[in-house]
Amino acid sequence: MDIASLLHPKKMAVIGVSRSNDLHPANVIFVKNQLRYPVQVFPVNPKGGELLGERIYRSVGEIEGPVDLALVAVRAEQVEAVLEDCIAAGVGGAVVISGGFAESGEAGLQERIVRRARQANFPFIGPNCLGIYSPGLLDTFFLPSERMVRPEAGNVALVSQSGGFLVDMLVKFAEEGVGLRLGVSIGNKALIRETDFLRHLAEDPATAVIAFYVEGFGSGEGREFVLAARDCGKPVVILKAGTTPGGSRAVASHTASLAGDYAVFSGVMAQHGVVEARDEYEFIAFCEALSCYHGAPSGGLRLGIVSGSGGHGALAVDACSRQGLEVPVFDETTRAAIRARLSPSIQGIAGLGNPIDLTGSALEEDFVAAVEAMGALDGIDALLVLLLPYLPGISADLSARLSRLARRIGKPLFAYVPHIEKFRMLMEGFELNNVPVSSSIDGAVRMARAIARCRPCRK
Amino acid sequence: MQEMRDDIFEKSAAQGWVLEPDCLQLLAAAGLDVPRHRLAASAAEAVAFAEATGYPVVAKVVSPLVVHKTEVRGVVTGLGDAGALTRTFERLAAVEGSVGVLVEETVTGVELIVGAKHDEQFGPVVLLGIGGTGVELYKDTVIGMAPLAAADVPAMLDGLRGRRLLDGFRGAEPVNREALAALLLGFSGFVLGLGDRFESIDCNPVLCNGHRAVVADARIMLAATTGTKQK
Repeated sequence: MDIASLLHPKKMAVIGVSRSNDLHPANVIFVKNQLRYPVQVFPVNPKGGELLGERIYRSVGEIEGPVDLALVAVRAEQVEAVLEDCIAAGVGGAVVISGGFAESGEAGLQERIVRRARQANFPFIGPNCLGIYSPGLLDTFFLPSERMVRPEAGNVALVSQSGGFLVDMLVKFAEEGVGLRLGVSIGNKALIRETDFLRHLAEDPATAVIAFYVEGFGSGEGREFVLAARDCGKPVVILKAGTTPGGSRAVASHTASLAGDYAVFSGVMAQHGVVEARDEYEFIAFCEALSCYHGAPSGGLRLGIVSGSGGHGALAVDACSRQGLEVPVFDETTRAAIRARLSPSIQGIAGLGNPIDLTGSALEEDFVAAVEAMGALDGIDALLVLLLPYLPGISADLSARLSRLARRIGKPLFAYVPHIEKFRMLMEGFELNNVPVSSSIDGAVRMARAIARCRPCRK
Repeated sequence: MQEMRDDIFEKSAAQGWVLEPDCLQLLAAAGLDVPRHRLAASAAEAVAFAEATGYPVVAKVVSPLVVHKTEVRGVVTGLGDAGALTRTFERLAAVEGSVGVLVEETVTGVELIVGAKHDEQFGPVVLLGIGGTGVELYKDTVIGMAPLAAADVPAMLDGLRGRRLLDGFRGAEPVNREALAALLLGFSGFVLGLGDRFESIDCNPVLCNGHRAVVADARIMLAATTGTKQK
C-alpha cells in the first residue's frame, strides 16, 4: 500500500474538532499545523460552525480539491463511518489517533475497518497512535507545540509502536543532536506496519537510518520484516520491549525451551544485519552513530583511542572489552613513530600503547598528531577521542579540526566530550561535522559498537 | 523421500512425535550423517550388528511410550562385548511399549545440539548450541531463521560462548567445521521442507570430531493434528 501521500500531504482534514474544547486532540493538531506547518488544514465536524474564525466543514467531502490526509480523532464507534466518508471523498489516507480498538477488546471493530480499508486500497496509520511528526512538514501529535521538544531535521527515521516512547526519543534526539527525518507512532498497527515503513523509507533519499521500537510482530510478520531489512541497503536499528522470558510452560523439547520468543527474535535480527539495541541508551547511540557512518568498513572494528587523561583511556578500554571491541596494543616501532610527532614537553610522559594518553600537558597539535598517526595505521579501523575541555593547551576549534581530519583519513571517529554548557562549542564541533559525540565514555564506545554490528550498507 | 516422510509422519501422528529410528532414517535421507545403526528385534540380531560394526556400541530403548529415554535409563553407552549387550538388550526390550532396541556405533566428539522450532513470528528457525545433557544448564545457543545461508554458519559458530570447544580446546582435536556446516545447511533444508508439520526438533547430541558431524540422537515433535490450529 502506498503511504507516500500520508507523509507529504498538501491538504489535511482534521476530523473531530470541538467548537468548545481547545484541548481536544483534534483542536491541538489543527492549531499547531495551521500556525507552524506548510500543510493546508481543514477542521471537520458534522455540526459545522467556526473554529478560531475558520469554517468548520461538515464532512470531508465538502473540502475542495484532493485531500491527501485525514486526521481522525473521533470516538471509536464513529471511526468506521468517518473512514467511509474519506474513501468516498477520495482522500489519500488517514491517521487514526482514536483509541478503543483491539487494545481495549474491540478487535472486531478494528478488523472491520482494516478489511474495508484494504478493499478500498485506503492506507491508514493506527488506530490508537500519535501518527506522524515530520520536521518542517507535518505534526499530528496531539501535544501542544510548547510542550514538545523537537530535534533538528536530519536523516534518522523512527517508527514506534508506542507513542510515549517516540515522544521521549524526540527529546533525547534533541539533547544528543541527532537529526530526525521522520517520527511515526503506529499504535495498534492494524493495517500499516513496520515493514510498510521499512520499504517506503528504504527508497527515501533523505533517510539514512531506519529505527524501530517494536513490542511484537504478528504471525509470520517477523520473517517478512527481517527479509525486507536485509535487502533494504540501509542500517536498521531495533529495540524490542518484552524481552524477559515469560512464565515458561513445560515444553517437551530442549529446542522449544531454549528458543524462547526473545532468543529467536534476537538471533534472527543479528543474522539479518539488523542492529538490535538492548535499551534506550543503545538505541540512541546506535541511531546517532549510524546516522554518521553507514556500517563497518569490513568485519571487526579495531579502535585507536586517544585522551588527555590516563583514567579516561583506561575506562574506555574497559568499556571496549565489555562490549567486545578490540583495542590493539601498539608495538615499539609504532610508539616511537607517534612519540616523534608529539610536542617535546610531553614526549617523555605520554603513554603510547593504545590508548594514547597525551596527559594534561597536551597541546592542540598533539591531539591532531595522535589522530593522524593512528588513522594511518592499517591495524586501526576507527578512532575514539576522549576530549577533556578543561585542558589548558587546547582551543574550542579542536573538535572541528579533528572532525575534518577524520574525514580526510576516511575512518570513523567517535568522541567523548562531557556535556557542559560552556564547552558546548567543542561538542558541536564534532556534532555538526558529522562525528558522533557522547557525554559518557560508555556511550562513545556504544556508538562504535553500532558500526561493528551493522552489516556493510550501500551508500 | 517425500513418500517415506509422509508414511513416517502418518504412523507417528498418534503419539505426536517420531521415534528415533524413524528420525535417523529421515535425517539420513536428507543427507545428514547418522551413526550406523540397527533396530534389533532380538539379542542375537543386536550382537550380530555389533560384531559387524565393532564394539563398543550404544543401545537405546525404542518405545512410543518413552519420550525421555534417560528417565528409564534407556540409553546405555560403551557396551564392550556380547555379554554386556545381551544383558542390556533384555532390560531395554522389557520396557513398556518397546518395539525393539536401537544399537548404534559409538561416535565420539564435542557434544552439540542442533534443533528447530516453528516460531509464530519468524516461521522455522534453527538452533545450534553447546549440547548434551548440560544444554539447558549452559543455555549457550545461537538461533538463525531457516533457510540458513552458507554465510550464516560461521557467524553462528562464532556466536557461541563456548566456541573454543570447537577449535580443539585443551589439546582435543578441532571439529571439522565443513562437516558441521554441511550438517546445519542440510538440516535447515530438511526443516524448511517440513513446513508447519512439526513443532520442534532436537538433534541432541550432535557429535563433532575432526572427521564427522553426526546426529547421534533425534526427536521430532509433530504439530498438533491438522485442522486444530495450535495456540
